[in-house]
Amino acid sequence: MIEARNLTRRYGPTVAVDALSFDVRPGSVTGFLGPNGSGKSTTMRLILGLDRPDTGQVRVGGRRYRELRWPLREVGALLEARAFHPGRSARSHLAALAASNAIPRARVDEVLDMVGLTGAAGRRAGKFSLGMGQRLGVAAALLGDPAVLLLDEPVNGLDPEGVRWIRDLLKSLAAQGRTVFVSSHLISEMALTAERLVVIGQGRLLADTTVAELSAGSASLEDAFFRLTSAAVEYQGSTAKEATS
Amino acid sequence: MTTTAETRVPSGRYGLAQVARMEWIKLRSLRSTWWTLVVTAAGTVGIGVAVGVNTRNASGDVTNNALAGVVPGLLLTGVLGVLIMTSEYASGTIRATLAAVPRRPLILAAKAAVFGAVTLVVGEAASFIAFFAVGATLRDGVAAPTLGQPGVLRAVAVTGAAYCLIGLLGLGLGAIIRHTAAAVGVLVAGVYVVAQFIGIMAHGVASYMPILIVANSLSTTMPVTCGTDGASCPDFLSAWAGLGVLALYAVIALAVGGWLLARRDA
Ligand SMILES: Nc1ncnc2c1ncn2[C@@H]1O[C@H](COP(=O)(O)OP(=O)(O)OP(=O)(O)O)[C@@H](O)[C@H]1O
Ligand SMILES: [Mg+2]
Repeated sequence: MIEARNLTRRYGPTVAVDALSFDVRPGSVTGFLGPNGSGKSTTMRLILGLDRPDTGQVRVGGRRYRELRWPLREVGALLEARAFHPGRSARSHLAALAASNAIPRARVDEVLDMVGLTGAAGRRAGKFSLGMGQRLGVAAALLGDPAVLLLDEPVNGLDPEGVRWIRDLLKSLAAQGRTVFVSSHLISEMALTAERLVVIGQGRLLADTTVAELSAGSASLEDAFFRLTSAAVEYQGSTAKEATS
Repeated sequence: MTTTAETRVPSGRYGLAQVARMEWIKLRSLRSTWWTLVVTAAGTVGIGVAVGVNTRNASGDVTNNALAGVVPGLLLTGVLGVLIMTSEYASGTIRATLAAVPRRPLILAAKAAVFGAVTLVVGEAASFIAFFAVGATLRDGVAAPTLGQPGVLRAVAVTGAAYCLIGLLGLGLGAIIRHTAAAVGVLVAGVYVVAQFIGIMAHGVASYMPILIVANSLSTTMPVTCGTDGASCPDFLSAWAGLGVLALYAVIALAVGGWLLARRDA
């Protein structure tokens, strides 16, 4: 369970997240949608306590992130940017994280196997392809077998097999009763993966709903998304701008 | 489900022991750590031997000459200390680290404990190996000092400890500045360059400059004097006072770095 209440975060003149409140419930995959620059990654960082909100607060499993007793065993996160040292092997990166939360060493090989990186585990992670780096990030998120998972654009860079693998993985994690919160640009992918949706634009909440509810009355989820966000898109190509105006 | 998820989580809470284990794995799993430490020790010994072989004045402070390689060697441990922090920011690892350990001061404390222990061991080894290597390679007519002579054991041991303290100063600067080039620049400027200027300009302050402490307070067996003209000679600190001042610098840098780490966005 993730509970965000009235989260606001400014960077200079930019209001990245604007009085945002929503709940993410266990047992289903919740998609986090919004145009470029709408504040999805910022919201993820606020949930993890990496950035501080100017106002408001967010709780994970009833606690602030900072108060978690074994953070990696309670929350697993895959962030937008790479979060590993290029000179360190995947196995050492995961072993270091495991040690910080007293996670048994055997779990490292288990998650490497789950993401298909066993063969590359001893190589310097700096040489990894985009998709392999993404798989390492997923392995780190799964390391503590957490009840809450946050993933910022997990399919970014994955091959078709990898996209399907992530989709099935997220669904099965949710089916086990976990809270799964996943941002994506790929609306068609979200239509296949998520049951619930949180949609934001310019940092504000536009919809907190189900996929079924949002797509009802539109030709597709994509059409419904464009209708919802048309007023809140900052960065778009010029032909698209004319089409919506 | 929430209940099963709760039961998976063991009792207790992560603490310094777990975080230190993480930092030890991080430190030892980078090849650059090992070759930097090897080059540091080899450089210290090599320069010491070169200076020792060229020592002709048998009545001079041969121990001080044997430890001549320490000053350049310290730069490497200082830079390694900087990198331990700044490479996390450059690679993005810092976000994984902070998500695993949200009580941020623990991270810097664990890094300081692990890196401080490693550099203390390497520094003492380098210092003692240099001392004995120089003793074995002096020219005829220059007697090798022994650890039993006054001040010699103190000089060698206290000099080894300087590696640890300069390393920790680098770590603190890395936490404060976060960018490798800028932090290394400040370290080099603060430890080496500024000291040269101040040493020339203001003698009262010179004795508090890190590198002059190492050269004139720690690695000597006798008080440094500048001949007969006492007025132009800085009053150098005693070995223990010098060590204390270096430790104070490291503690200040780490405290400020920890305070900023806890407050800033990652
Ligand atoms: N550290 C930062 N400093 C300054 N501005 C920032 C920072 N982080 C985010 N922003 C700004 O906040 C806004 C939201 O950015 P954010 O990365 O959260 O969007 P996003 O929804 O994840 O976008 P995308 O879909 O492109 O990943 C943007 O205008 C961005 O420029
Ligand atoms: Mg983003």
